[in-house]
Amino acid sequence: MEAFSRLTAAALPLMFDNIDTDIIIPSREMKTVGKTGLADGLFAGWRYVAVGSREKSPDFLMNRAPYADAKILIAGQNVGCGSSREHAVWALHEYGFRVVIAPSFNPIFRNNCIRNGIVPVQLAAEEARALGDTALREGAGPVTVDLDAMTVEMAGVGPFVFALEDDSRLMLRNGWDAIDLTLQHRDRIAAWREADRARRPWIYLEAGR
Amino acid sequence: MDTLFDILWDEHLIADIGDGIGLIAIDRVMLHERTGGVALKSLAAAGRTVMAPKQAFAVMDHIVDTLPGRSDRTLMPTGTAFITETRAAARAAGITLFDLGDERQGICHVISPEQAIVLPGATLVCPDSHTGTQGAFGALAWGIGSSEAEHALATGTLRVRKPATMRVTVTGRLADGVGAKDLALHIIALVGSDGAQGHAVEFAGEGVAALDIEQRQTLCNMATEMSAFCAIIAPDEQVFAALEGRPFAPHGADWDAAVARWRGLASHPDARFDREVTVDAAEVAPMISWGTSPQQAVPVTGAVPSAGGQAAANHRRALDYMALEEGAALIGLPIDAAFIGSCTNSRLSDLRRAAAVVKGRKVAPGVRAICVPGSGAVKRAAEAEGIAATLVEAGFEWREPGCSMCFFAGGESFGLRERVVSTTNRNFESRQGPETRTHIASPELVAASAIAGRIVDPRTKGGA
Repeated sequence: MEAFSRLTAAALPLMFDNIDTDIIIPSREMKTVGKTGLADGLFAGWRYVAVGSREKSPDFLMNRAPYADAKILIAGQNVGCGSSREHAVWALHEYGFRVVIAPSFNPIFRNNCIRNGIVPVQLAAEEARALGDTALREGAGPVTVDLDAMTVEMAGVGPFVFALEDDSRLMLRNGWDAIDLTLQHRDRIAAWREADRARRPWIYLEAGR
Repeated sequence: MDTLFDILWDEHLIADIGDGIGLIAIDRVMLHERTGGVALKSLAAAGRTVMAPKQAFAVMDHIVDTLPGRSDRTLMPTGTAFITETRAAARAAGITLFDLGDERQGICHVISPEQAIVLPGATLVCPDSHTGTQGAFGALAWGIGSSEAEHALATGTLRVRKPATMRVTVTGRLADGVGAKDLALHIIALVGSDGAQGHAVEFAGEGVAALDIEQRQTLCNMATEMSAFCAIIAPDEQVFAALEGRPFAPHGADWDAAVARWRGLASHPDARFDREVTVDAAEVAPMISWGTSPQQAVPVTGAVPSAGGQAAANHRRALDYMALEEGAALIGLPIDAAFIGSCTNSRLSDLRRAAAVVKGRKVAPGVRAICVPGSGAVKRAAEAEGIAATLVEAGFEWREPGCSMCFFAGGESFGLRERVVSTTNRNFESRQGPETRTHIASPELVAASAIAGRIVDPRTKGGA
């Protein structure tokens, strides 16, 4: 996973609540058993004129400059709700997104972001709205997200401070892999399982069937 | 003074990683071909192995067709690869696979208790958002992404941010003709689609204890639609009876020891929850969604509400999508299709109630009606009991088990902008087909509406 320190980039404001993972990538756009080849399907239902089509809908913001080059998504409440499909995050990442800003996140989507190097920036609703409204204006400048200062700002708006638990911030900041980190506790896990086997032997199945 | 969630968290806490993150032991991992195959493949590509393959399970449910005579070939373009690659990866990893053609196959959350993979007090994860369904058995069960599934398989643990706790207490009992689906939609409409975000939800009170085990699963299933981290109900004798003797349940002395331990799994009477919500069961009516989020639900006798303040843009978007106006009555809306199935409402009692509604009647002309049992076991039982025959005589299609048309994966779907009443859990835009207009409701309401050809109150004989 790549490390994230600071990013200044165009932001795409989609200021709707409950942007679910079906919207971020419809099930029909998940075509391979892998984590790549998904960017084309990103926001497919809103981005193209019809199901299966690749003709771009002129109404959708991401199909216009400067939003087409956005690396920061600004959304409403409860972004990433719905299906647990990590393809939503893989599609966002492959398209180029590195930050999602919202007043609240679905917990599975938030974890998926962190595991794939996308920074979830949770702000107060009015702060997210101020950024989104400004980004919507003609000639709006870029947004800057700083993972050391833990701030987000754009010309005339902010800076706003956001929070992340240390574990997640360090993984994002350093590009660390969660499994590698956990395997440092290998001995402790083995000892715990040994003791637990005596407490709850029925958890430890002897044979698959 | 701990809550049930706190008890299970502490029992599974291997290490405190700091800043509210715990390293939590995972007792069971379930996978399906949509999101699990990629986790297994990615794990193998990284040169890692499954730490406890006997505690991991995979099933085909999301992509497989549900038409009779199905095979690895699917109506979904590229769907075959998900089936064959998941099969190969599961075999290579040495985990238990419930494959196509296996009589145990079915929707992951339906077959898990049938096999007693889920157990009270156990932690269970699955890369599927509706995993909280299995909290109905007193397990700590939650949905994760594919990367986290890989983590759980490789390490037997997950790094988890400890959620806050929330108790939803249901006082009194639901009226006749009102079920867990109605209760769930009532609660979601009350607290909102993100109303339980960051919270482990315990359902409690007389109205929950009175629910049978299948209705409890429906209730816990829908907690996902208020963004709960997980849902849980304290296990009781009904739960133990439902699991006893099942293939992966403990046997003999282990069973007795397990039940003795499980009987202690309950929130302390003085436990403090971070949030408390109380619902009066007497106020719950048959519910139906009108919009594109499960929180946009009203009693079926009601009307499409007006927007409040800041939500106006979302409200307008939903109205336009659903081709409805504020103040419009739900009863009487003509429908194109009716769907009974999914991890929410595809168990035997769901199908039994639907069959009782349609018995001796016919689906309205022009309405496509489909019933998909949740598992092979449900299908065989429904056929033995005459439920299947009743549904088929009424004009329902009777399918092979799977997730089916709960979601549109590019293959089979409902038609462009069709209005569908559905027992599923999501009414999102294009969820069941291109621009389909989904109304989610109980099996009784869906069955009655299929007969009438329009949305009706299932309590009214012959439809209102």
